[in-house]
Amino acid sequence: MTDHEEKLPIIRLSHVHHVYGRRPALTDLTFEIFKNELVFICGPSGAGKTTLLRLLYRGARASRGEIVVDGIRLEDLPHARLPLLRRKLGIIFQDYKLIPGRSVYGNVALVLEASGHRRSLIPKKVHGVLRLVGMEHHADALPPVLSGGEQQRVAVARAVVGDPKIILADEPTGNLDEASAQAVMDLLRGAFIRGTTVIIATHDKVFIRRMGGRVLHLQQGRLAASELVAKLHDRTAL
Amino acid sequence: MIARHFKRALEDILANRFLNAVTVVTILLAVVIVSAAVLFFMNARDLMSAWQQGTRIMAYLRPEASGESPALKRSIESVDGVQQAVFISRDEALRDLQARMPHQDSLFDNLAENPLPDAFEIQLRTSTEGWENIDAIAARISSFGEIEDVEYGRQWVDAVQGVVELFRTVGMAMMGLFFVAAAAIVANTTRLVIYSRREEVEIMRLVGASESFINAPFYIEGLFQGWVGAVAGLGVLFVVFTALAARLEQSVLAGMIALRFLSLEQLMVITLASMFAGWLGCYVSLKEFMK
Repeated sequence: MTDHEEKLPIIRLSHVHHVYGRRPALTDLTFEIFKNELVFICGPSGAGKTTLLRLLYRGARASRGEIVVDGIRLEDLPHARLPLLRRKLGIIFQDYKLIPGRSVYGNVALVLEASGHRRSLIPKKVHGVLRLVGMEHHADALPPVLSGGEQQRVAVARAVVGDPKIILADEPTGNLDEASAQAVMDLLRGAFIRGTTVIIATHDKVFIRRMGGRVLHLQQGRLAASELVAKLHDRTAL
Repeated sequence: MIARHFKRALEDILANRFLNAVTVVTILLAVVIVSAAVLFFMNARDLMSAWQQGTRIMAYLRPEASGESPALKRSIESVDGVQQAVFISRDEALRDLQARMPHQDSLFDNLAENPLPDAFEIQLRTSTEGWENIDAIAARISSFGEIEDVEYGRQWVDAVQGVVELFRTVGMAMMGLFFVAAAAIVANTTRLVIYSRREEVEIMRLVGASESFINAPFYIEGLFQGWVGAVAGLGVLFVVFTALAARLEQSVLAGMIALRFLSLEQLMVITLASMFAGWLGCYVSLKEFMK
């Protein structure tokens, strides 16, 4: 019996198709992702990585097939219940998607405010997460004055502050220099080590080798292969 | 949570000061016009009521029944609502008419005979209100055989009342129109604010914010715009009313009635209606944008 068989799937896709107009973006995807897994979705540009992540956070509806995320069937999910799904997720975008008029603190705190956390508990939690990503000294800064790497670290802080079950990261290092990219990947690995399921869409094979995990290869919207990659210099992993 | 929504609404108002000011001024104007119409109608009704209370019925006697008849006087005074009937002879009526028209002596000199009939001037009880009651009394009196005709100024009061009714209808239509206009202006403001914040709204959705969390500050803003517009509009109207009321009472109205401002209930209704217009504007706009 393997590890996967012992674990419960937190995400399940069954014969999922998605089309943009008449152009197929994803075709017949069927796979499962388990709790506390680190999964990379790999593939060239246009392979469907971003589309797949969008389906997982219901940024788009699958044209066909079934997606279940932590027990929620996404095709049946009414619009009013979307927040319930989104609060289980921490989403990181390549373009950060920070609110420019809100401070770093405000951007991170928004997640807790939106999910109805007690006001008195928010500062401690937000400062703790900002400390974790090394951005505590920029708490009052507005995002536009920060570098790309700093903004992405704020985005990571926003993604983890609500203790999500799953982190979805779409090309999180795509716009960053190597040092910043390494810092962001370390933060994501940290979240994985603390028990979060982390799914990263990337085509950066170097980072995949450094971090280790399961890799799902997409080719023209189809699942071409699934492999386990051991963490570099980590003989015990996988 | 509510404090957060208020804070965000306040931030929006400050960030879009000009837009909010234009909206508030539009609501203010709508409130002033609508409230002025209500004020006019209310005081016009008071004036009509004052006129009605002073109504006297003139009952003109047939030529064959001329002369003061105690029996007829008693019959008239026995009619419910009548306080007193005073006989006015045709000679007395002519003298009175001559006294009122001092420069028309030649007109009266050429009269072959007195054309005026004997009459009873009938005073009504102060408790007798409403044209229906006065009509009934007049009809009862005119049914007496000795009475040829009754007159109680109904025609010209009807004409004035017609004008007041017209004002009321126009006022009601204006109220509806300005309510819709105020709601449309607020909807437009909200639309522009949401448009300027559409990226923020999208990010809020992605981090799990519910629609009510996203919408609440916009509703607060709409209600606030309605409230400020109403309070400012009613304030402006009160200042103008205070400045004009005393002068009007002494000149045009000749002390017939004391003009009154809107009651507390009316002020509250207008304020709530204005706030509702603000809320409605937001609702329409959000419904359109938050699909």
